[in-house]
Amino acid sequence: MITVKYFAQLRQMAGREEDQFDLGAQATLDQLSDAIGLNLPKIGELVRDKKIMVSVNYDVVSADHIIKDGDEVALLPPFSGGA
Amino acid sequence: MSTTTETKARIQREDFSVTDEIEAIKKSSKNIGGIVIFLGTGRELNKGENISELNFEHYPKMAEKKLDEICTKAIEDYKIIDMSIIHRIGPIDIGENIVLIVAAGEHRKEAFEACEWAIAELKRTTPIWKRETTTKGEVWVQATP
Repeated sequence: MITVKYFAQLRQMAGREEDQFDLGAQATLDQLSDAIGLNLPKIGELVRDKKIMVSVNYDVVSADHIIKDGDEVALLPPFSGGA
Repeated sequence: MSTTTETKARIQREDFSVTDEIEAIKKSSKNIGGIVIFLGTGRELNKGENISELNFEHYPKMAEKKLDEICTKAIEDYKIIDMSIIHRIGPIDIGENIVLIVAAGEHRKEAFEACEWAIAELKRTTPIWKRETTTKGEVWVQATP
């Protein structure tokens, strides 16, 4: 299972903090965005159009990253820490 | 001379004492000759809107990891002796402390440079989000300079 976490405005859009997806041993980000988009079309589109950053196991990854079973994926809206 | 490369970054709900954090970093080396701090506080106005409350959230583990990486890289790249970073989360009132960066070096130049770099890097790489409550409602803040 792949865990997908939503933060800030994405959590509010999703109405929950996380989802889990079974995409086999490995999957592309496009496959993941399709799976997210089934229930959350606007968020799936943001991921597919690369409008938000994506981290896997706490590091930001590029669009061609391969996600593996058991990974923790986070969808990250633009950061605004630091006062 | 005793020095340390141990980094000190943390995220917490409660307020912090700037004086205590400066005293703590001074203990890391007797060779510290200059300490520069950045203290970010909650301001009342943003883009003309009156803010009544701020609220910060973070991605646990990743945010702490990024702050640790900033401390480590600042020490390596700017040749400072030590750095600590504290960022608060949760509701924060206007005027309250939000973030503190303490850069300690042998001399002021590298401490100034490291501190300025660290706050810019924190804003760029650390998964922390700010929500402002204004008269028009709640707004998630986009990246600010």
